[in-house]
Amino acid sequence: MAAVASKYKEIQELGAEILSVSVDSHFVHKMWQDNELSKMVDGGVPFPMLSDGPGNVGKVYGVYDENAGVEMRGRFIIDPDGVVQAIETLTPPVGRNVAELIRQVKAFQHVRKTKGAEATPSGWQPGKPTLTPGPDLVGKVWEVWKVGEAF
Amino acid sequence: MKDLKVGCGKPTGAKVGEKAKKESSEGQTQMEKEVTMSVVRVGQKAPDFEAPAYQDGKFGQVKLSDYLGKWVILCFYPGDFTFV
Repeated sequence: MAAVASKYKEIQELGAEILSVSVDSHFVHKMWQDNELSKMVDGGVPFPMLSDGPGNVGKVYGVYDENAGVEMRGRFIIDPDGVVQAIETLTPPVGRNVAELIRQVKAFQHVRKTKGAEATPSGWQPGKPTLTPGPDLVGKVWEVWKVGEAF
Repeated sequence: MKDLKVGCGKPTGAKVGEKAKKESSEGQTQMEKEVTMSVVRVGQKAPDFEAPAYQDGKFGQVKLSDYLGKWVILCFYPGDFTFV
């Protein structure tokens, strides 16, 4: 969560807000912020840290682990219309890649800006070529996009 | 973030439209409606929910639909003070 917090400004500049959720109470969130997070990143976690004790929200989102009584590392990108655009769920021992999260938000925003006329190929970053799906592109992606662009 | 009355109880989150708990006649709390595991899919509406939150030294109440018009990154994680 500290890694996400350290990129908060960049994420906010994209017009995005972050909400974190765990089964801990809001009192424990405060203790975590005061005793650890604030020492890991300047100012600690600036976004709302939500409390979902019995996993009511986690169950609705399909990330609640009933046996362990905790929520898995689920990440949802929700667009301004409230539609889920991306989901990633990891088991607890592996952390997220915040750079990839930011890349995906930028890609979804680009697609939205073009009203879906353009699609972003694998590994797309702003400034890299996009694809314009249509009859002329069928079977011709190899001519306009090289695999090397993905990396 | 809406204000949250701070008491000794432990308020919790719930899907909007479903009350988390209600008092039974015996005074015990019980789930009004069993929340079942569902599947949220890409391309579909994110279920609205409301939950207590801590932010910037304050306790409050956060509702997902209050963020309509903005991009929202919703991050679940296993727990405070865990290691990753």
